[in-house]
Amino acid sequence: MKTYAEINAKIESGKAVVLTAEEIIGYVEQKGLDQAADEVDVVTTATFGPMCSSGCVLNFGHSKPKMRFSEAWIEDVRVYTGLGAVDVYLGATELRDKDPANMYPPGEFRYGGGHVMADLVAGKELQLFALSYGTDEYPRRELRTWFSIHDLNQASMVNPRNCYQNYNVAINDSERTIYTYLGVLEPRRRNATYCSAGQLSPLLNDPLYETIGVGTRVWLAGAHGHVYAEGTQHSGTGRRNEHDVPVSGAGTLAITGDMKQMRAKFVRGVSLVGYGTSLGLGIGVPIPILNADVLRRTCIRDRDIQAPVVDYSEAYPQNTGEVIGYVDYEQLKTGRIELEGRTVEVGSLSSYSMALEIAHQLRDEIARGEFLLSEPFARLPVNQPFRPLTVREKSE
Amino acid sequence: MTATVTKKLMLAFPRCETEKPIIYHLVRDHNLVVNVFRAKVTPEEEGYLVLDVTGTEEEIAAALEYVKTFNVRINFTGKGVVWDEALCTGCGNCVTHCPTGALYIPDRATMAVTFDEEKCIECLACLRVCPYGACTSAF
Repeated sequence: MKTYAEINAKIESGKAVVLTAEEIIGYVEQKGLDQAADEVDVVTTATFGPMCSSGCVLNFGHSKPKMRFSEAWIEDVRVYTGLGAVDVYLGATELRDKDPANMYPPGEFRYGGGHVMADLVAGKELQLFALSYGTDEYPRRELRTWFSIHDLNQASMVNPRNCYQNYNVAINDSERTIYTYLGVLEPRRRNATYCSAGQLSPLLNDPLYETIGVGTRVWLAGAHGHVYAEGTQHSGTGRRNEHDVPVSGAGTLAITGDMKQMRAKFVRGVSLVGYGTSLGLGIGVPIPILNADVLRRTCIRDRDIQAPVVDYSEAYPQNTGEVIGYVDYEQLKTGRIELEGRTVEVGSLSSYSMALEIAHQLRDEIARGEFLLSEPFARLPVNQPFRPLTVREKSE
Repeated sequence: MTATVTKKLMLAFPRCETEKPIIYHLVRDHNLVVNVFRAKVTPEEEGYLVLDVTGTEEEIAAALEYVKTFNVRINFTGKGVVWDEALCTGCGNCVTHCPTGALYIPDRATMAVTFDEEKCIECLACLRVCPYGACTSAF
């Protein structure tokens, strides 16, 4: 048994034993669970992939004369201005003005909110255009200027939903090619795609949310951010396997962090043909080894994590809940799965190689005493259902 | 019989040269086996051609001397499709769409993506499916 304070004291003294969620598997196999639980202080987890529910709050500071933005665009991408004077919120899936979207399908979606966020972190010069109706104290009606992230007072990433615990494997049962956020899916099950770091993924290593909660400090694209709430659509009630690992989406994290501290390599604009734009984001989450039970759960292997195969031509869009079957991440990572007697080629939207790099970076930062753990002050709910939207008449 | 070799070339023609039957002369006068991957004439009437030529070293050298008599830029790396390693995140979304396995994952333990230019037939499938714009066309 260890406490957060004890683990942090070891980290500060540079003596903490830190392994990645991949390394810990062999370590525990060799040393045994109890000895390893005594020796190991932290296991690092990570993921990198498109995370659509991401965005940022930016504060521009005041011009002379002052202005209260009522409409604004960065690089022609609309930002939300229904906040105080010069605060805006930019979302990753926002398209550039006059992007033809899917008017001539499939659309290319070359530039959108995710790309603006990536350009901000990369330190590029960007153009702001803002309009206002004008008030007595904020008389300015129009503004066009260049800026970079260094000119902003705050650039905080505020992501309502990141780090999905598990995710669907997408396949196409129809006769035509479909274009989805899980990539291009060829007709008649010619290919499948998945999106998870599997055995490295944060919430798959803490399936019951025993250590990752509200207040947990995380590695967000190089910055030290934190979990500020349960993520949107968080639901722990779905079916779990014998390792307590959910076999569908389940838990999510709402994460925030300072974009000025982020590294461009881990913040990427995403263009998904026929779907739209998004943000490719790298996140690392440390798991404190408080006891043998916590350690045992971090030893989860790809072969012990199943994902549901879902038809994105019918079952997904029509919200039928139908699942074709389950495959594990060991199979998925071979690039081929067996599905109802047929072999299907598999691609991924999640980068395991980037997740590995992040898990190593976080491990090394903790080992050098540069990253301390924080004890969550609220747990993520385990027994919360995921509600659908019922389209209905006004209730009496 | 002298051993033959195969070289991949990208030729870029300015406007004034696009109407000349250079390929025909490569085959007839220089005895080369030509395999064209991709050819394009832009709206500005510039021409691009990515091809394999097979013949003896001497035949290829003579053919290139002939090609150089035109106002043509020759790129011996034959790169009509460029994979930018820095932009590639290694997600692997392209791998099932690449028909020849030019984009592939050599080590399934680390899952990084690599590009084998030799295998690329320039179908351009990767340009469309890469979420990060890591694959681009030279023309």
